[in-house]
Amino acid sequence: MEERDRLLRALRQIDRRRFLRVSSAAAGAVLAKGLVAPHSFQLVEVASAAVDKSWAQTGAQGKPPFTFAYISDTHLYTKRLNERFVRGALKAVEDVNALDSQPDFVLFGGDLAQLGRADEMRLGAEILKEVKAPVKMMVGEHDWFLDMGEMWQQLFGPPSYSFDWKGVHVVTLMSVNEKDFWTARHMSPDERMHTVAGLDNGVQSRFEVGEAGREWLKNDLGKISTDTPILILSHSPLYKYYRPWNFWTEDADEVQQILQPYKTVTVIHGHTHQMLSNRIGNISFHGMLSTAWPWPYAPEGLPKLTIQMDRADPFDQFDACGNGRFNVAEGGLIDAVYNLWDRNPVTITYRHLASSGAEDRPSAPKLLSY
Amino acid sequence: MTMRRGFLPISIGTLLGAAIYLPLRLQAASSQLASHSLPPAEAGGVVVGLCDGETSIEVPWLKPGQRMTREQARAVSNALMAKWRQRHSNAEWQTAQAQTSQPGATQPAAQQGQAGATAPAAAIQGGVYERLTPREQKIADLETTKFIEEGKEIFHNPDKLGGTIGLSCDMCHPDGANTHPETYPKFQTQLQRVALLRDMINWCIENPVKGKPLGPDDPRLRALEAYIIAQRNGTALAYGKH
Repeated sequence: MEERDRLLRALRQIDRRRFLRVSSAAAGAVLAKGLVAPHSFQLVEVASAAVDKSWAQTGAQGKPPFTFAYISDTHLYTKRLNERFVRGALKAVEDVNALDSQPDFVLFGGDLAQLGRADEMRLGAEILKEVKAPVKMMVGEHDWFLDMGEMWQQLFGPPSYSFDWKGVHVVTLMSVNEKDFWTARHMSPDERMHTVAGLDNGVQSRFEVGEAGREWLKNDLGKISTDTPILILSHSPLYKYYRPWNFWTEDADEVQQILQPYKTVTVIHGHTHQMLSNRIGNISFHGMLSTAWPWPYAPEGLPKLTIQMDRADPFDQFDACGNGRFNVAEGGLIDAVYNLWDRNPVTITYRHLASSGAEDRPSAPKLLSY
Repeated sequence: MTMRRGFLPISIGTLLGAAIYLPLRLQAASSQLASHSLPPAEAGGVVVGLCDGETSIEVPWLKPGQRMTREQARAVSNALMAKWRQRHSNAEWQTAQAQTSQPGATQPAAQQGQAGATAPAAAIQGGVYERLTPREQKIADLETTKFIEEGKEIFHNPDKLGGTIGLSCDMCHPDGANTHPETYPKFQTQLQRVALLRDMINWCIENPVKGKPLGPDDPRLRALEAYIIAQRNGTALAYGKH
């Protein structure tokens, strides 16, 4: 209790000096509890030997390969209520800052806040300010549905935007819109947010990019050639995995159709809090880990190509959580490196997905989800 | 007492209850139980329905809200039964009688020698479970569902769990996923002892949810167990599985 109060008091004002003290105190508290020391992110260098192979085999496009890291689904509560998820977020920031060669940028994958509150978002912004590399923000439903994105846009700008990076066209796409389910039920903003925050209540609408978003995407992609590799950053998966939990994008078929003419497309998404991979036509899909908690695999709809992660040890708050990075080779072919805390890292290469799972098989867990 | 007389107390009780059925039809206690759709009164009286959900007669001299005397009620119930018997064979009468939960509703001696063209319905032994009427079974199911729903509410609500940091069970276990109640008892290495489902529920409440563990007779613990087990209905038991 005492150590928790100390941590909470320290969190009230984070500047760089205090951040280092706080985060090492958090790590110290974890170690003191006798938990296994977290694997350093550096171990990823060993795994990347397989990655280097695929890098050498891509077609030359004259653009250098690059790496970007991610931190996703932090689900921060207001400081005085809950510091459990703060520890996870701090740990991820530490990991990313400790990378030997810094990534080009760090993607934040959505769901910074848990209940869409301004103080939750500001806490998240404070924590992310400590990331050394530039941060690209993406919005999740937990950030949006309290005030329909007002605070988020004030702090972080528009939810959809695009930029070009070393030959790759990167699009951050707002994909957690929902058809109005709250007005007919006379819900307050709080009730709306709590409904969206619950995964399994079935009351909220299914996620969608929406007609306006699809038009925007079409126009944005219209400016580039079909040979340009595309990277779509999205919170919802942009395919249909499991509808009852909103592991789902209602207009996924239409979105995939817009992406169909482009030779090399990768979608990186949050929301699912698990190791998740898929390939549909020309599009590779990679799910990101959460720093806060892991979701179990859904009872049906899990893509065949997914290498599962063994289910979480409930006695270890960091297990089956983590962060990761993406190695982008020439030609925009992307390998996903999962940095699972308290476990060995796992790499899902572009070749693994493109070969329908035949090549580059990473280690799979002995016990599958049941 | 003749068998007809034996049936009478039940029918009177039913009719007195049915006598409050106005032509506009009142719903049963639970909206999920079927309601008897009574035809409108044509002679200005009250339409009385039988508990079979189909048969009814109009009592022209009865006004809505008027109480009948015992003799009047008996006359009405006789007329209602006569109407039922017009439409149903003797064999169905045997079965209907046997299915009441009235103790001693066994097949009367008078009927045993009867050589009917249709075989009479087989007599039941009369054990408590086979004597449950469809209505009783419905009520039992509704009560169970209600209990499971209570568990579902607690499962999804940090305050009802007694949590202090805003976490609820559904955040790691949507629809009760990954709880695996069918695998208990099992040795839980982290606890260094054999655990039951309720031990894990309480561990989760104490640790991630940061509430106080629930006592063994706490209605919340019982309801949570009910909800978690119900989500795995049909899954084979596999104690010890990890």
